[in-house]
Amino acid sequence: MDLIATGLGHAYDGLTVLDDISLTVASGEIVALLGPSGCGKSTLLRMLGGLERPATGRVEMRGAPPAASLNPLTYVFQDFALVPWRTVAGNVALPLEHHRLGADERARRVAEALARVGLSDFAGAYPRQLSGGMKQRTAIARAFAVEPAVLLMDEPLSALDAQTRDLLIEDLVRLWTETRFTAVYVTHNVAEAVRLGHRVVVLSRRPGRIRAIVEIAEPLDRRREGSPALGAAREQIWDLVRGEAAAADREMVHG
Amino acid sequence: MAEPAVPPAEGTTDRAYPPATASPSGAPIRPVPFRGGGFAPRSLRFGAPATFLGLLGLWWAATQYGWVSPLALPKPEEVGRAFLDLATSGLLWQHLAASLWRLGLGWVIGAAAGTVVGFAIGLSSLARSTALPMVSAMFPVPKIALLPLFILWLGIGEVSKVATIAFGVFSPMAIAAFGGVDGVDRNLVRMAQSFGMPTRAIVLKIVLPGAMPALLSGARISASIGIILLTAAEMIGARYGIGALVLSAGNLMATDQLVAGVLVLSAMGLTVSKGIAAIEKRVLRWRA
Ligand SMILES: Nc1ncnc2c1ncn2[C@@H]1O[C@H](COP(=O)(O)OP(=O)(O)OP(=O)(O)O)[C@@H](O)[C@H]1O
Ligand SMILES: [Mg+2]
Repeated sequence: MDLIATGLGHAYDGLTVLDDISLTVASGEIVALLGPSGCGKSTLLRMLGGLERPATGRVEMRGAPPAASLNPLTYVFQDFALVPWRTVAGNVALPLEHHRLGADERARRVAEALARVGLSDFAGAYPRQLSGGMKQRTAIARAFAVEPAVLLMDEPLSALDAQTRDLLIEDLVRLWTETRFTAVYVTHNVAEAVRLGHRVVVLSRRPGRIRAIVEIAEPLDRRREGSPALGAAREQIWDLVRGEAAAADREMVHG
Repeated sequence: MAEPAVPPAEGTTDRAYPPATASPSGAPIRPVPFRGGGFAPRSLRFGAPATFLGLLGLWWAATQYGWVSPLALPKPEEVGRAFLDLATSGLLWQHLAASLWRLGLGWVIGAAAGTVVGFAIGLSSLARSTALPMVSAMFPVPKIALLPLFILWLGIGEVSKVATIAFGVFSPMAIAAFGGVDGVDRNLVRMAQSFGMPTRAIVLKIVLPGAMPALLSGARISASIGIILLTAAEMIGARYGIGALVLSAGNLMATDQLVAGVLVLSAMGLTVSKGIAAIEKRVLRWRA
């Protein structure tokens, strides 16, 4: 299933935050959305998943989601959004419970999702007993349990320390290699965008517009630190980002 | 002010800092004083029994040595005897059963209605703009003032007493429930919506557990209010009930029975509070 946004725009109380965003997310690709703080990335992601009504433009799905998909557009949140009164397994089971699944099928999905993120041994733990990385892996397991057609991830790693972040990025790369999931990955970290994105959409400062879309041909599982193709993409993206930051800086000075 | 390079002479050191000892280089060395800790009160194991025993001893001494007139305060053993008499004659259980029945029924009705209305106020704009002002206006009215009206409407029997208790329990429970719903993390609600969970499931699985701490503290407060109203209502017109027992004992100047009745009321309150604490411990285990 592909996700298509056409001419999306949005304003909060007269403040335009997004302007004319058109974007197609093809099945099986990870699109990294990169932009400075406040440019409307979260707003865009909420509109893509139907949590916010766009002021202008529309979001459409093309093609059918996988047959086993219970929730085609599924979020992974920056603050994990785990329910503190449920165990790890209980959190993963939560979005399955209102679907007509047999108890066996539900248990199978939970076990499989936990195994995928390496949390099988922590099924009975409560969120307060988990490290930040384990919390986000629980949230990722919960997302995978409903077999999404498109994963919508809003800075899923930015609440984590650098080492945990690296580990989780490798987890995501492995998961993608295994399952070829489709995702929109919001970040303001260039390295993350370059590591995970098949395409990197660079947004301008507010009001967010698409400045450039950088394709990175290198396959995800073969991306290595210091490979020339990656280096070129990173340079190109850095130039775009730096230009935005400098412009924003001048704006601050001159009002 | 610069630190002295040599340890100051005995008797001149600042009391907050232990005396320094000289290091080989001559610079003074002293341990970092501990200043953390505190602000974490715990329940000491024997604190409660010791307090009760102490009070009992004081009471015993005051009556034994004539510090207070026997007319004003009976001796502990007299109260004990009155209690035993009441218990063995079966009268106590009749009074207690009548009271517990009224309290239980009134509390359950009031708490259930309060929780439902509180949830409605917390979840719907319509209820918020209609029911909330009503609850707010009702809350400060002393409910016992309504008992005469309830008696006019519902008769002097059980219904008017239960209605008074239910009414008194309703507002604090509604306000607690509404506050609890308001305090539920909206990110969790958005998460549930993002997984397509139906409204019913969101209310039952996200809002209700999230509001549970507030609901339990509302239950605690409203149960105490219920006991107060129960006693007052029983004093106004009841044959049986702890409140009736206390009132008739007072009329007969039977202070021993009176104090026994008051102690039963206190025990009732303690039992309810212990019960809710036990439920809290089970239901809110995830918070620990
Ligand atoms: N509910 C709202 N009401 C009013 N203004 C909002 C609301 N949500 C976001 N905004 C504003 O819209 C702009 C874009 O917000 P958004 O959260 O989409 O940005 P972002 O790119 O995700 O930023 P960040 O990198 O900090 O997460 C910001 O200026 C923000 O203050
Ligand atoms: Mg954001």
